Amino acid sequence: MRIEDLVLPKVKELPPSGIRKYFDLINEMDDAISLGVGEPDYTTPWNICEAGIYSLEKGHTHYSSNAGFIRLREEIARYVQSKYHLSYDAATQVLVTVGGSEGIDLALRSLAGPGDEVIIPEPCFVAYQGCARIAGATPVSIRLRAEDQFKLTPELLERALTPRTKVVILPFPNNPTGAIMTKEELEPLVQILKDKPLIVLSDEIYAELTYEGRHVSIASFPEMKDKTVVINGFSKAFAMTGWRLGYACGHPDIIKAMVKIHQYAIMCAPTTAQYAAIEALRTGEAAVTEMRLEYNRRRRVLLDGFRKLGLDCFEPLGAFYVFPSIQSTGLSSEEFCEQLLIKEKVLVVPGTAFGECGEGFVRACYASSLEQISEALRRIKKFLHLPLGH
Amino acid sequence: MMDEILEILEKNCRYSEEQIAVMTGKSVQEVHETIAKYEKDNVIAGYKALINWSKVGDENITALIEVKVTPQRGEGFDKVAERIYRFPEVNACYLMSGSFDLCVIIEGSSMKEVAYFVAEKLAPLESVQSTATHFVLKKYKDKGTVFDDKPKDDREAVFI
Repeated sequence: MRIEDLVLPKVKELPPSGIRKYFDLINEMDDAISLGVGEPDYTTPWNICEAGIYSLEKGHTHYSSNAGFIRLREEIARYVQSKYHLSYDAATQVLVTVGGSEGIDLALRSLAGPGDEVIIPEPCFVAYQGCARIAGATPVSIRLRAEDQFKLTPELLERALTPRTKVVILPFPNNPTGAIMTKEELEPLVQILKDKPLIVLSDEIYAELTYEGRHVSIASFPEMKDKTVVINGFSKAFAMTGWRLGYACGHPDIIKAMVKIHQYAIMCAPTTAQYAAIEALRTGEAAVTEMRLEYNRRRRVLLDGFRKLGLDCFEPLGAFYVFPSIQSTGLSSEEFCEQLLIKEKVLVVPGTAFGECGEGFVRACYASSLEQISEALRRIKKFLHLPLGH
Repeated sequence: MMDEILEILEKNCRYSEEQIAVMTGKSVQEVHETIAKYEKDNVIAGYKALINWSKVGDENITALIEVKVTPQRGEGFDKVAERIYRFPEVNACYLMSGSFDLCVIIEGSSMKEVAYFVAEKLAPLESVQSTATHFVLKKYKDKGTVFDDKPKDDREAVFI
């Protein structure tokens, strides 16, 4: 008997991380610059950390209720109401999760199983594919296009829908492209989706990192409210990645189902993080605004830099990624990233790590200091002037 | 609302006009003119490096002196303050509410030098009623910057 044979085929078949090899390489380099990591470089604002520390000092070290402290859920309900005009009942429509990722997993496991199709617009965060497969559902990719600025168009959506479609994932603001969807762009999607027997899983984890206008949630359309599960969290907006705290909001029947899986698998999200999150929602706004302003400056610098280097790039208006085309170099995404890392010690991530249609693009994250970004651009410039071999 | 250009320069005044133009989405010309006007109007009063002198073995001493003064007729505290802040040793001088009037921050190369300044220059001034000198033992944070070794980027290689 081989132990490996005991592992379920659907798990064995999940692809390993496409960029492990780059991370292994960069770990051995001294003065490498990574624009590869998708998390804020800021540490959590001190008042939020302090609230977590204080909760420990007071001995608040026990479980919370499965769905999370009601005080936190009330704060979340108040927050999404004031930010995105979403009205949810804290007791029955809000679930506190271990990061946004757990919310994605819970929603997919609650909603999609064998025979069901999950529509996933790519390029996108890798977890949707994986979670859909683990749930036993069939992922159906939509190849978003650079000429549409990587937005989901009604035509592309319509083409992917079938009677078996159970969940449509809406990942905006988008990782890795930085694309956003405005209210006007969501409108025609709503017309297509509103009467279909399916649920939209709207991953809005980057909502607060929107640089023009305000983020609009598809759940704010009245006809979509009950048909949407909104995923959000504290990692990106409040620079709280390591605290592992997110939340899901939706129809009581779906949240009830998600709480069931959550209570068996997780019990409850870490309580220290929940105390910190209450503070974040109450007083964190100024810090979020300050970080967003700074990200916006970095965004402009990196975008301007790529364009000056002759790399085509649409203007990303959300998240903290720029997604330039590297087709003019004649290299594949993987070749570009590997050679750039080896020759100039700068890490960007190949677009293909986020779906096949990411070929010809790379993802550069601007959650790094302006000095690091400027130095990375200087090195990429040097790299582009070297003779490029395959 | 505070001008973004001032906000950027206050954080780091070494950015070029070109860089600031890209960061703010303004033209280089506009940034150039704005900064020139701020300089002319003394809104930008200077550009200085924030130096952690203790790292280069500098033994300079900083003291905070509480000064009680008698305000002068017609000129209040301003004239007295000026008599004091004109001394080059004085780094900062603030008019305070509370139990004393002027907060004077001075720097000297030794405790003796600071003591000399207080005893010979400050205390004998006619309007000065009393002084209380507090020496700084260690600077943890100055002008918003923590004087510790630079924080390392400890983000691990996680694929997200």
